[in-house]
Amino acid sequence: MESLLHQVLSGLATGSIYASMALALVMIYQATHHLNFAQGEMAMASTYLAWSLIDAGLPYWAAFVLTIALSFAAGVALERIVLRPLTNAPVLSLVIVFIGLLVIFNSVAGWIFTYTIKTFPSPFPTQPLFGGLLSGHELGAMSVTLIMLLLLYLFFRYTRLGLAMRAAAQNPVSSRLAGVRVGWMLALGWGMAAAIGAVAGMMIAPVVFLDPNMMAGVLLYAFAGALVGGIDNPMGAVVGGFIVGVLENLAGAYLIGTELKLTLALVVIVGVLVVKPSGLLGRVLVSRV
Amino acid sequence: MANATITGAAPATRIAGSWRALAVVLVLAAATALPFGLSDYQTFQVTLVLAYAIALLGLNMLTGFSGQISLGHGAFYALGGYVAAILMDRYDWPYWTTLPVAGAACLVAGFLFGLPALRLEGLYLALATLALAVATPQLLKSKLLEDWTGGVQGISVLKPDPPDFLPVNPDQWLYLFTLGVTALMFLIGWNILRGRIGRALRAIREHPVAAEAMGVNTALYKSLVFGVSAMFTGIAGALGAIAIQFVAPDSFDVFLSIRLLVGLVVGGLGAISGAFWGGLFIQFVPNIADQISKAAPWAIYGIFLIGFMYAMPTGVAGGLRLMAGRLRRWRGPADQPGGDA
Repeated sequence: MESLLHQVLSGLATGSIYASMALALVMIYQATHHLNFAQGEMAMASTYLAWSLIDAGLPYWAAFVLTIALSFAAGVALERIVLRPLTNAPVLSLVIVFIGLLVIFNSVAGWIFTYTIKTFPSPFPTQPLFGGLLSGHELGAMSVTLIMLLLLYLFFRYTRLGLAMRAAAQNPVSSRLAGVRVGWMLALGWGMAAAIGAVAGMMIAPVVFLDPNMMAGVLLYAFAGALVGGIDNPMGAVVGGFIVGVLENLAGAYLIGTELKLTLALVVIVGVLVVKPSGLLGRVLVSRV
Repeated sequence: MANATITGAAPATRIAGSWRALAVVLVLAAATALPFGLSDYQTFQVTLVLAYAIALLGLNMLTGFSGQISLGHGAFYALGGYVAAILMDRYDWPYWTTLPVAGAACLVAGFLFGLPALRLEGLYLALATLALAVATPQLLKSKLLEDWTGGVQGISVLKPDPPDFLPVNPDQWLYLFTLGVTALMFLIGWNILRGRIGRALRAIREHPVAAEAMGVNTALYKSLVFGVSAMFTGIAGALGAIAIQFVAPDSFDVFLSIRLLVGLVVGGLGAISGAFWGGLFIQFVPNIADQISKAAPWAIYGIFLIGFMYAMPTGVAGGLRLMAGRLRRWRGPADQPGGDA
């Protein structure tokens, strides 16, 4: 019983990382209806940035904040420079461009920082809490995710800018008529997704260690989480991320072992898409003829 | 095009058609002579180009013609390769008999994966197939299948000997054999795509609802094309495995699927000849990228890729067709032949 509880709790901890990545995916999906395949590698790049800053002697939290700010700027720049010219391009071109970004980030990170695995510090105490059920880092990562979610909710619900961003995502034409600068709202969405990804990267790096391929599996679970919760619902993405995290841990411990974990993500993705494509909390899309 | 047909371009089409037939024969003849002017290693490389071209033709049916994006065709390439290797290694089948079995296995697997994929559109399908690609090496390494797949070690196979009556070495023979299979597969592919089925697929790509209203059985065509596409890719995988003489889980990682999709897009979507350009790209551009930057070849690859999307969104085949069209217009509007390649 104790070990089951332990598995569930540490599943919730990894789930919180998946939840943040899923949130980043949903941010971009909501605004542009694109699934950003490069999201994981962007987060990985941000994490390397944080590592370099810490390595250069900055205190952890300073590096943390600076990384988020720089990632935000990079996300905005990416949207303005790379994706803006492709606004009306077919889906396939976008998929190709995302894949191009993915391999560029991966390769450049491997080039600059080499493929050797690095350790990444955790700002939280390492001693186990609650009689060994949860490590300090796991609890910290979970809290950070929840705080981030709360901040995002407050931002979208109670600020003018958040309202403008929601409007731009929902109805670009009317928002433009009402004076919202839709293009910039999309860029902001990209920036925020990059920043959220940066947080997720910095939270998972102490667990999976830092290397250029660290995010491949995480991204897949994040996709699975976003789909479980509903790809167009930020709240759903977070719930889905937690569900997938717990599911992964339980299945890994009791059912299939660690070596087939990614296959589980495949099964979850295909299963959700087949049984309930809109996810748990998503809107059901009706295509009008 | 429609105008040209009405104003008596039918003979012109026929002439263009016979020119095209002549061109195909000339290319085939040149391709047959090719290995005698190349080193063994170069022959091996060109053999792989042909195998990739078959895989890309299959992917093109799915993605280029019917508009379903697959990021997981590496899985079918792997399945074909493994079927061939297992049959050759464990059951001592002659190499050429493994191709139909590999094709049939992938046809069934593709059809089955295509059934749930029916409900997925665009990016969702890309995502589901991406997950398939990521999971493939894990599945191949899995303990449950180890007796067959050889686990992490993979399977080695022997290079087939040329028949006694031909004065060629094994590499040249394998190339000629692959060339024959390629010609056959392209003939089949061309026949599938040029007629009623090809039109139905394009209709599904352009407007699924309208296609349904016109009487196209969308569900059947979509899952069938998934199966046929996987079959082509599987046969290509079997040829690739025979040429490389080795299959292992890590050679079928997610990057293989990405390379296939990239080759397709670079070669040209919805154009049969694009498969060859794509095959050349897959085989040789990584080497070029490697020469430009030893440290980060994939970065160069990615830049090539994004650059292609801006400069030649219709791929090499589309770009060539565009240029040919300009040339024709420049020569005079009178002799515009109808029909497109």
